[in-house]
Amino acid sequence: MKRFLGACLVVLLASPAACHREPERPSRGRLRVAAAADLNAGLPDLVSRFSAAHAVDVSVSYGSSGTFYAQLLNEAPFDLFFSADVEYPRMLKERRLTLPDSDFSYAVGRIVLWVPSASAIDPRRDGLRALTAASIAHVSIANPDHAPYGRAAVAAMKTAGVYDAVRSKLVFGENVAQALQFVQSGAADAGIVALSLALAPAARDTGRFAEIPLADYPRIEQGGVILRWAMDVEAARAFRSFVLGGDGRAILKQYGFSMPNE
Amino acid sequence: MDWTALWLSVRLATSTTAVLLAIGVPLAYWIVFSPRRWKFIVEAIVALPLVLPPTVLGFYVLIAIGPLSPAGRLYARLAGHGLPFTFQGLLIASVLYSMPFAVQPFSAEFASVDRRLLEASWTLGVSRAETFRRVVLPLSIRGLVTGIVLSFAHTLGEFGVVLMVGGNLPGITRTVSISIYDAVQSLDYAAASRTSLLLLIVSFAILAATYALQRSVWIKAR
Repeated sequence: MKRFLGACLVVLLASPAACHREPERPSRGRLRVAAAADLNAGLPDLVSRFSAAHAVDVSVSYGSSGTFYAQLLNEAPFDLFFSADVEYPRMLKERRLTLPDSDFSYAVGRIVLWVPSASAIDPRRDGLRALTAASIAHVSIANPDHAPYGRAAVAAMKTAGVYDAVRSKLVFGENVAQALQFVQSGAADAGIVALSLALAPAARDTGRFAEIPLADYPRIEQGGVILRWAMDVEAARAFRSFVLGGDGRAILKQYGFSMPNE
Repeated sequence: MDWTALWLSVRLATSTTAVLLAIGVPLAYWIVFSPRRWKFIVEAIVALPLVLPPTVLGFYVLIAIGPLSPAGRLYARLAGHGLPFTFQGLLIASVLYSMPFAVQPFSAEFASVDRRLLEASWTLGVSRAETFRRVVLPLSIRGLVTGIVLSFAHTLGEFGVVLMVGGNLPGITRTVSISIYDAVQSLDYAAASRTSLLLLIVSFAILAATYALQRSVWIKAR
């Protein structure tokens, strides 16, 4: 025990010294971002461009917006939150968990009908009507109870007049990425997923898709906020401006999003 | 409270436990009494779900029962529909996932039976199967009960695997843990906490009953 205490003492005494010995370097900002899963493909590009230009290290966690919301209610250690809808940021704002006037809307999600390359149906020719084919046993979408992309998928099927016929074929992914994974694994025959995922390298070469017209479902407007407990407010504001600026918008468009004010 | 989901979980846990009892007892017997040197490989495979993340297991099961695998295609041809997103598919996943929770207590208990009793039975001309039924099984009640209860409780609390292979269909694959997760995702924290509390009480009751039972058996054995 004595030896253990001695060792502790040595460590305690040595640690400040060790800190001092670290070479002085220009302090880099640090940014912790919580981002909706559909940003998985596009955001890394934005982040690398931004951190190169601004000397800020950005770490991003991807996940379901609803999960992040529940975590942020408990003050999860993030500076910036990119949600897959505008409701979660709005509710955070109402609870005064955000910096004043920090909410923004950065993109509009788009959905596509996605089938594996070998599928017998042709989404481009038949659109959502293709889902009524007998060869389609399971259609996967994100869970419409809580995922914006799932709600959009249901609305689009209703607009196309196929919802009642397809309803019994639906299976629900926890989020839109899992909905795509169900189709890619062959477990489901078709899926209604985010364009941003369909364009990602992992999906691009394994399937075909057709975009569903934006007018056929409520807009999937995506918003974000800076959290009240953000450590580096300057960096958070800079990143927000970058995403909303010309370069950011161009990158997001390239990855399958529309812009809120277009 | 999502009673459909709770009932589904109970049905899934009961079926899983029944299947594990049917295949776990022979498997545990083989692990304990087989002279094969390579049986450690089987033991390792059985124990894998203890250390593998449920997502890994779920992902493999999804591929293995889906139309991309020969087994999945064969089942689809025989049954007329595929295994993913069905109760049967979920059952297969649960059996694999809870396997160590049944087989390990079974085999530990079989192994602790006094070998002299077995040899006495054999030398009296009783067959191996009959010896197992009349000597090993009655002496292993405690391990059997532990295995049964643990696999039931473990299946009841299963989440990651179901999330990966289930497809979240009400009454078919939306188990109670998924329902709680959905409630949290939909910000219905009141429903989530009601169901969570019930699950907590049920799990605690099951485990407490098991330990109480073990204790009394143990005291009687003295």
